[in-house]
Amino acid sequence: MAAPSAAPRRLTSRSGGLPDRLFRSASGLAAIGVTLLIIAIGVMLALNSTEAFGKFGLGFITNTVWDPVAEVFGALPYIVGTLLSSAIALVIAAPIGILTAIFLAELAPRRLSIPLTFLIELLAAIPSVVFGLWGVFVLSPFLGSTVDPFLIRILGWIPIFAGPSYGIGLFSAGIILAIMILPTIVAISREVISSVPDSQREAMAALGATRWEIVRRAVLPFARSGIIGAVILGLGRALGETMAVTMVIGNAQDLPTSIFDQSQTIASKIATTFNEASIGIQTSSLIALGFILLVITIGLNVLARLLVRRVTAGERRT
Amino acid sequence: MTTLAPVMDRSIASRLVRSTADQRRARTDRMMRGFSLAAAIACVIPLAAVIIFVTINGLGGLNLDLLTKPPRALGTGGGAASAILGSLQMIPLATLVAVPVGVLGAVYVAEFSGRRSADAIRFAADVLVGIPSILVGIFVFTFLVLPFKQFNAFAGSMALALLMVPVIMRTTEEILRLVPGTLREASLALGIPMWRTVLSVVLRTGLTGILTGVMLAVARAFGETAPLLFTALGSRLVNVGDFAKPMDALPIFIYVNARQPYPVLNQQAWGAALLLLIVVLTINILVRARSWGRRAA
Amino acid sequence: MITPVTKRLVVLGLLAAVGATACSGAATPSPSSAAPSVTAPSDAASSGAPASAPASAVTAPAPASASLTLQGAGATFPAPLYQTWFEAFNGKYSNIQIDYQANGSGAGIKAITEGTVDFGASDAAMKDDEIAKLPAGSKIVHIPTALGAVVIIFNLPGVTDLNLDAANVAGIYLGTIKKWNDPAIAANNGGATLPDKDILVVHRSDGSGTTNAFTTYLDTVSPDWHSKVGKGKEVNWPTGVGAQGNDGVAGGVKQTEGAVGYVELNYATTASLTSAKLKNADGQFVAGSTDGVTAAAEAAASGFPADFRQAPIINGAGATTYPIASYTYLLAYLDQKDADKGKTFVAFAYWALTDGQATETSLGYAPLPAAIQQKSIDELHTFTSGGSPIWP
Repeated sequence: MAAPSAAPRRLTSRSGGLPDRLFRSASGLAAIGVTLLIIAIGVMLALNSTEAFGKFGLGFITNTVWDPVAEVFGALPYIVGTLLSSAIALVIAAPIGILTAIFLAELAPRRLSIPLTFLIELLAAIPSVVFGLWGVFVLSPFLGSTVDPFLIRILGWIPIFAGPSYGIGLFSAGIILAIMILPTIVAISREVISSVPDSQREAMAALGATRWEIVRRAVLPFARSGIIGAVILGLGRALGETMAVTMVIGNAQDLPTSIFDQSQTIASKIATTFNEASIGIQTSSLIALGFILLVITIGLNVLARLLVRRVTAGERRT
Repeated sequence: MTTLAPVMDRSIASRLVRSTADQRRARTDRMMRGFSLAAAIACVIPLAAVIIFVTINGLGGLNLDLLTKPPRALGTGGGAASAILGSLQMIPLATLVAVPVGVLGAVYVAEFSGRRSADAIRFAADVLVGIPSILVGIFVFTFLVLPFKQFNAFAGSMALALLMVPVIMRTTEEILRLVPGTLREASLALGIPMWRTVLSVVLRTGLTGILTGVMLAVARAFGETAPLLFTALGSRLVNVGDFAKPMDALPIFIYVNARQPYPVLNQQAWGAALLLLIVVLTINILVRARSWGRRAA
Repeated sequence: MITPVTKRLVVLGLLAAVGATACSGAATPSPSSAAPSVTAPSDAASSGAPASAPASAVTAPAPASASLTLQGAGATFPAPLYQTWFEAFNGKYSNIQIDYQANGSGAGIKAITEGTVDFGASDAAMKDDEIAKLPAGSKIVHIPTALGAVVIIFNLPGVTDLNLDAANVAGIYLGTIKKWNDPAIAANNGGATLPDKDILVVHRSDGSGTTNAFTTYLDTVSPDWHSKVGKGKEVNWPTGVGAQGNDGVAGGVKQTEGAVGYVELNYATTASLTSAKLKNADGQFVAGSTDGVTAAAEAAASGFPADFRQAPIINGAGATTYPIASYTYLLAYLDQKDADKGKTFVAFAYWALTDGQATETSLGYAPLPAAIQQKSIDELHTFTSGGSPIWP
């Protein structure tokens, strides 16, 4: 998103002719419609989950069984899978993304930052399903044959790094997610860093600080909440990512115990099971899963944007 | 180098210590520059890796057969004609619906609304952009598939449109805010009614920017799979014009053929992925290169 | 009574005559010529040479003449066979297209129950509670079309032959046998040294008739499995990863070393996957084959239920019998809402039960035993639309 510019003058409809009123109403309708859309989606998901929540209560969230035959459904394995894969993605993408944003915004010469920014924006344009295809046939076999065994050899004594690895699984999904959320973290962090007023930088420079010190002491403290917002937005995106994850996460029903296990996320579970779920408690349970995902992603989104706004709109910070 | 930097220099104010401290600071500076450069390069490596592998694996599959033939049984050949035609039908329809809604919404926010409602609507649009597309798919399924008990391409288009609208709305609104107020005032002063002012003066001025936003939304729609799974469903048959029936799409084709055990079909998935990548990246490069050129100028 | 042989010769003669004329005819076939016999449907194509002419044998039903697309959904087990059939049927009647979503027997039953498709497909016959969910007053007809073998595929580079007995398979899928070089497996393979690799168990994640057949086998042969897991289209798998569809399982096994899975025979052969020999009731290790399935089906034909809901045929008697064989069904409402679609479906079903049977063996499916084939064709006469029979 571009930095906010000066607000234009609002047009007043003093002429008030019918076409003008119609036009204003139509555009108002569109705007309201968009706003109401989230509410509509939320309400619709909530309404359709009542059957599941009604039957299982909050135990739905903690139950680990998904049994269509006995009609007992629980969300825990998918919530854990979602959180674990996103956590792996964040651990990898956040440091790299933030450092990249700093590089592009502060440290790089323009000749380098412009093409690099362009390339990273291109990364964001690659469709999820293409990442998934690449993940299944290129990344996962590579991980399974080279990286994973190495990691298992070194860290395998820690339960969460225990093998065996078959390539596909949480770790593979986490890496692909990391790649996919990098552009988000980079772009928004960059915007946030750029909006820190120059006066801070100039003051530090006048004191003879190195470029890194300027970043560390003049920029980052002010940009911090915005950068956290950027990371949270990246997390939000990771949580909702469907296709690439579905293709490499391996589709296992149990609670994962290691990052090399196969698992499922909420999104991948819905994607694979929705069309063949029988109308009734099973569909309602899947929609309940979706509702949980919606609540988490909207919550994170709102939080993140508030944090970002604090920095980018913050002239008052000087 | 004289310095008042707070951290270092605890001991004797001797030149030697200061220059050691300075050396350390310079070292840290170089090190962090190196790390951040490495990070930036690390961001670009996956891009290269994906493009290279999709190209290598996809070139063999991207042939005339893929573009013109429908799927065949048993992985004995065939192509992605059903998917390509499907995408080429659903996306224009989605764009046709999303552009007016998105642009009108942006017009309202930029021209008519008060500050508070503008903030709220903008916020809502931003949050909408972040909603997982699969949930949008469930939403559209409930209204456009379930009541008719029929998966249909129209529902697929509407799902895509819902994903495009917030993107178009936000980018259009940003463009509209850049249009100088003097243009509007001059137009109104000439007696041109407001609706005409907005359409012919304001929107026309921002047209290139708006098109940029639309093209980016279209590129995103080309690659969306999850919402189509519950709406258009996909199909092995070529469907031209019948939006009341299921329709195939490029991303669905890739998804389905990726998990097939037939090497021929895997090859077709790569070919289709290459095609999709070419389309999406071309749109993105053209659009961004223009705006980069303008920004750098 | 005219013997079947005589009947066939007469019909062949008729077909040859009509075929010569109709072969050069238009794409849309004309309705079959009226013939006296109403209750004795033709039994063509048993010789293996499908007539190229439209089914103008004595009382064969014809599809609608307008352009029509039938929507079907269901089992992946017969999907390669069905898709070949749909293409052939479209070659015969270019105005008829059949779209089939291979998303699993469970999804097929769900789709036909909710009326979102014109016909469903499932290897598992509908259970009583599934039938109870049908719209009030409606009835679903099960039409068996083919038989298939459920084979155990595996991915072990360098290993082309593998013998497994029931206990091995149960142990693998229960998670008690975790490595390929387990002594229980080696015992069946002449003590050969198998690789020291972890077994990755692949099963179905969707509601599957193939799973139904496979778990019925495990349920029959393993008391442990019977008490812990049970049988059905979907079960609580003790271990392993899920894949969607027979194709997903085949793909998953193909892409992962050390993996094991269960699929219909066709998927094993066309995907060039090695499959294990299973020990049958007679104690012989048999590979999955259409002959082995045919033997199982013939042996069980006498017990075929009247409502056509035959359970998977497990551990049939016979030296060459393959232990896991399953029928696969087309599911359609007895009373068709749309007359044209009903007509077309009956025409296709008839074609599948007659001409279609010839293509099955080459694709890894077994044709229906003659008695079952006849019963199924008889069943087609019961279809009605709006009360009146479609194929009287």
